[in-house]
Amino acid sequence: MNRLQAVFQPQKKVLNMYFTAGYPALADTLPIARALVAAGADILEIGMPFSDPLADGPVIQGSSTAALANGMNLRVLFEQLRDLRQHLPTTPVLLMGYLNPVMQFGFEEFCRAAAEVGVDGLILPDLPLAEYQEFYADVFARHRLRPVFLVTPQTSEARIRQLDELSESFLYLVSGPGTTGGTAPTDTSSQTAYFERIAAMNLRNPRLIGFGIGTGSALARAWQHADGAIVGSALIQALATAKDAPAAAADFVRELRHSAEIPAV
Amino acid sequence: MITTLKQPTLRGYYGEFGGAFVPEMLFNNVEELRTNYLEIINSDSFKTEFDALLRDYVGRPTPLFEARRLSAKYGARIFLKREDLCHTGAHKINNTVGQIILAQRLGKTRIIAETGAGQHGVATATVCALVGLPCVVYMGAVDIARQAPNVARMRLLGAEVRPVHSGSKTLKDATNEAIRDWIANPVDTHYIIGSVVGPHPYPDLVARLQSVISEEIRTQLLAVTGSELPDCVVACVGGGSNAAGAFYHFLDEPTVRLVAVEAAGLGVHSGHSAATSVLGTPGVIHGSRTLLMQDRDGQITEPYSLSAGLDYPGIGPLHAYLGAVGRSEFVAATDAQALRAVGECARLEGIIPALETAHALAVLGDLNFKKTDVVVVNLSGRGDKDLDTYLKNMEGLEE
Repeated sequence: MNRLQAVFQPQKKVLNMYFTAGYPALADTLPIARALVAAGADILEIGMPFSDPLADGPVIQGSSTAALANGMNLRVLFEQLRDLRQHLPTTPVLLMGYLNPVMQFGFEEFCRAAAEVGVDGLILPDLPLAEYQEFYADVFARHRLRPVFLVTPQTSEARIRQLDELSESFLYLVSGPGTTGGTAPTDTSSQTAYFERIAAMNLRNPRLIGFGIGTGSALARAWQHADGAIVGSALIQALATAKDAPAAAADFVRELRHSAEIPAV
Repeated sequence: MITTLKQPTLRGYYGEFGGAFVPEMLFNNVEELRTNYLEIINSDSFKTEFDALLRDYVGRPTPLFEARRLSAKYGARIFLKREDLCHTGAHKINNTVGQIILAQRLGKTRIIAETGAGQHGVATATVCALVGLPCVVYMGAVDIARQAPNVARMRLLGAEVRPVHSGSKTLKDATNEAIRDWIANPVDTHYIIGSVVGPHPYPDLVARLQSVISEEIRTQLLAVTGSELPDCVVACVGGGSNAAGAFYHFLDEPTVRLVAVEAAGLGVHSGHSAATSVLGTPGVIHGSRTLLMQDRDGQITEPYSLSAGLDYPGIGPLHAYLGAVGRSEFVAATDAQALRAVGECARLEGIIPALETAHALAVLGDLNFKKTDVVVVNLSGRGDKDLDTYLKNMEGLEE
């Protein structure tokens, strides 16, 4: 059983924490990863900064710009992650980013380097499904990297089934229209209907809800409707002003979990 | 076997360039467009409506004017395709008229656009006013500052101009924000992209809508010279929409030389340039695999040109392909050369071109024409919007 499969247990609700590599300081990547896991993150999604992150809102774009200014690039990232598995032997780790930096690094080369440091899967939102199937599925497989596919309220049932068939990790349910870092809608009825519609499909893969999950109550709602949730922008905001970024990351996760686990009044 | 250079594959590829590299959030929007655009724009009712608006509203056909004094100076028969005489002052409106009809037929009720120099923004705001649809135009904060008259025009036309403060605050970032808006409004909104860039089917859609330029050139040349085919067509390229339109019906005519002129800024290798064909390498930008300016880590870099309409870090995939297979040739003109060409065209022909357009005029002396050569320069836009820049550079406009 691989790390991504092992993390999903019956009844367990999973917390996947996103953070941008090289932010707020270049050397923060691994210390923040360790702090997040120590504080209760079940999966890590490490953002590879890109100059033009189309699916991200201003918070993650800002952290990406700062990380690039700090000197982050894929070579530096893989060097920073060299001892990843010494420190975090069981936590699933995903790399999230955009296609262009990966292509310039060399796709095969990138997958090899990711596998070598112990990365489990990749989220490349602008890699289209058809391209993935034709050109990249073999490369992923060769390096035992699992793709994570996004599902949105507009994704057709047939396409969700196809993504579920191709996936060996989890499906990333985008909570609604918009980029990362939005807020939960004031009227949640159509969102709830969407979550329930997907839940009723009895998919093979676990479902994690992301985009706009920044508070305890949003996390609790996501846990109620899926197997887990992905939190990113809210953490990045908490790190922006932190004196001790790893400690702030740990505090953030503890507080988030705590407030999500308090029964609603 | 390739029988035509015009038509991308089903998935939107011109050779290795093109495609639709969009996140899942945009899949349905792009797929809806891809599966419907050809049927709609090839329908008789679309053509009737499009042609009528081009004639009665845009003012087409635009004249093909034989520029005798420029001809004498450069030793060739030089014709100017007067896209600057289109309503709103540039070729951009050919595309927006077509896309607004398309948007209506897709049932869309809200329009978004990006703009650099503001010409596409004005052309989009104009057609939205024409049909009564709300319009949001994303424009980099830097461009808003240097193109104030166009910002005022868009607002006067009822559009909301949203300043973009992310990244380099220019066209690239305005495009990012427009795409993000589309992600947030996937059902009711149509995104009118202004150039032959973006995910498939946009490059093909915009090229087809702009192809009216070369269609008219053929007819007009036949009447004047006895042949539909010129020896050479010259057009400036940022993303490449006016060049795509001017080249389109000559792509499969190998005797017609196609020259794409990029903005060299302060010099191609000065570090301040937008000459993507020289400085760019293959990569993915705004949903398309094409040539783009990037660092060795794949981060997209900011191009430079004095003209706000040419400082885009990529070129349309069609142009990347035409260059790669040798069908078009790329040359470049600096800011200074373009400014001199503005002054020259104004004094010799009584026409003040846009700064973007002036790049095409600036290379006429470098193309080794024969005296009998028939050369068409696509005069893509007029210079009114650039008067501020021209006034600040009066010395540069002199010989």
